[in-house]
Amino acid sequence: MRIDKDLVAASATPLVLGILSDGDLYGYAILKRVSELSGGGIQWTDGMLYPLLHRLERLGYVSSLWGTSEAGRRRKHYTITAAGRDALAERQEQWSVVANALRQVWQSAQRPPAAVEGWA
Amino acid sequence: MAPHAELETQINRWREYVQRREAISPTDVDELEDHLREQIADRQASGLDDEEAFLVAIKRLGNLDAISHEYAREHSDRLWKQLVLVPEAPDGARKRRWRELAVVLALAVGAGLAVKAGSAWMGDGEVLMRNLGLLVFPFLAAYFGWKRRFTGAVAATLLVPFAVLATVLNVYPFTPGSSTGMLAALHAPALLWLLTGVAYAGGRWRSDVRRMDFVRFTGELAIYYTLLALGGAVLIALTLATVQVVGTDFEPVLEEWILPFAVPGALVVAVWLVEAKQNVVENIAPVLTRVFTPLTTAMLLVLLAVLASAGGFADIDRHVLILMDAILVLVLCLLLYSISARDPLAPPGLFDALQLVLVVAALAVNAAMLTAMLARIAEFGYSPNKVAALGLNVLLLVHLIRAAWLAVGFLRGRRPFGGVERWQTRYLPAYGAWAAVVVVVFPLVFGFL
Repeated sequence: MRIDKDLVAASATPLVLGILSDGDLYGYAILKRVSELSGGGIQWTDGMLYPLLHRLERLGYVSSLWGTSEAGRRRKHYTITAAGRDALAERQEQWSVVANALRQVWQSAQRPPAAVEGWA
Repeated sequence: MAPHAELETQINRWREYVQRREAISPTDVDELEDHLREQIADRQASGLDDEEAFLVAIKRLGNLDAISHEYAREHSDRLWKQLVLVPEAPDGARKRRWRELAVVLALAVGAGLAVKAGSAWMGDGEVLMRNLGLLVFPFLAAYFGWKRRFTGAVAATLLVPFAVLATVLNVYPFTPGSSTGMLAALHAPALLWLLTGVAYAGGRWRSDVRRMDFVRFTGELAIYYTLLALGGAVLIALTLATVQVVGTDFEPVLEEWILPFAVPGALVVAVWLVEAKQNVVENIAPVLTRVFTPLTTAMLLVLLAVLASAGGFADIDRHVLILMDAILVLVLCLLLYSISARDPLAPPGLFDALQLVLVVAALAVNAAMLTAMLARIAEFGYSPNKVAALGLNVLLLVHLIRAAWLAVGFLRGRRPFGGVERWQTRYLPAYGAWAAVVVVVFPLVFGFL
């Protein structure tokens, strides 16, 4: 199943911040984690992750540090900051409101039409 | 790595291709390359051969145009080098370049003519001094108007303040030799320069990013203008020496014709050069700021020591005070320019600490001057000069204190560099407002004396 583009864009920031709140990671590892968490359902265009990470860095939500990989290449690691955790908590609240509302909508959609008649 | 030689070549070719994008910096390419190699390694582990793995990895990375666009949106400071995202057809670009050169030269000659006509009409005295900026500004604004395709609203935002300023400077009955007239002549260019900023931003002067671009533009303009002036001075000196050997007096020609045209004309040409050849100076700029920040700090510390040993700040001479104001304004320009030339994402380093030292030294000089000024005002009473200097000092003090505070926060990793930048750009209009007060209100309050 392919997830809609707008939905992917909207969920990108909380996903990245949430993944980083478990520990420092570099770009490729973040993408792998996203793929694992969604069972392969969320597929990002890989290149788009980096401008997003840079934006989060500019906003002060993450900080970065160049290190080296096991193969000896330069690799940039990202760490969530205190401001990033605050932002994540706020996003979490927003998403739970949305998710809660959606859950109720799904439930009422499954109900037989008789239950709705009273409103007519 | 013989078995994977072909793969290495392909990756290198890909790197070169990506590096051509102005919006993607070399370190970003490093980051992307690391990603690409990880992806390739994973594909190889799942059984693909080199070429298949490379193709899959490239495909997953996505359309390079779209990615470059995304980078450009995030790093608009890199984008300003290329103003247009999609490269134009080379033929159209060449035609446009020639047209631009023609426009620039016409405007440069126009600015020269305006100054020449002004000096013929108003004489070389105070009236011309007050009007000099007014004579040159329309040509700079016209260039940006042409380049940025102003809307009517933007043109009006520029025209109305310009008309008001021109009226005030020429209708007010300034007493000859008055200090309010002199102050107006000194502060009018500052106002006009901020108006040039509005023109530069194409009317989007409320945007912090555009303001920072304008600061960077100002610094680079200063560099280009200095280079042009140096070159011009050498040429003039050589001509002068040669002509003198022949026995002709060249000086009247120089004073009457060459300088009135060359000085304003070079300004227009320098503006165009900054716009057209940004990449050239952009590489020197960070070097220059790194050289001059410690030197300026040393200068300020020496000044402080000299002033302190000269016997108290309270009886510093008036001329020294004016000189020091000029120095502080210069320090501020240097600070602003180095902030604009800095990569906002780089972590705090030694240079940021040096900059903080500069700010603190400037603060100390500023505080010393404030005490001196207050002492003078208490002793001799108010005069337009003193109030103007005091106002500028208070403005600088507020600017520096907040800048120092934010710089400390940034150095301790408490806040991102964006906060430091924003403070500078948000504060700029305060200088314009003060300059407007000095030009418009001071003559009225002090009776045009």
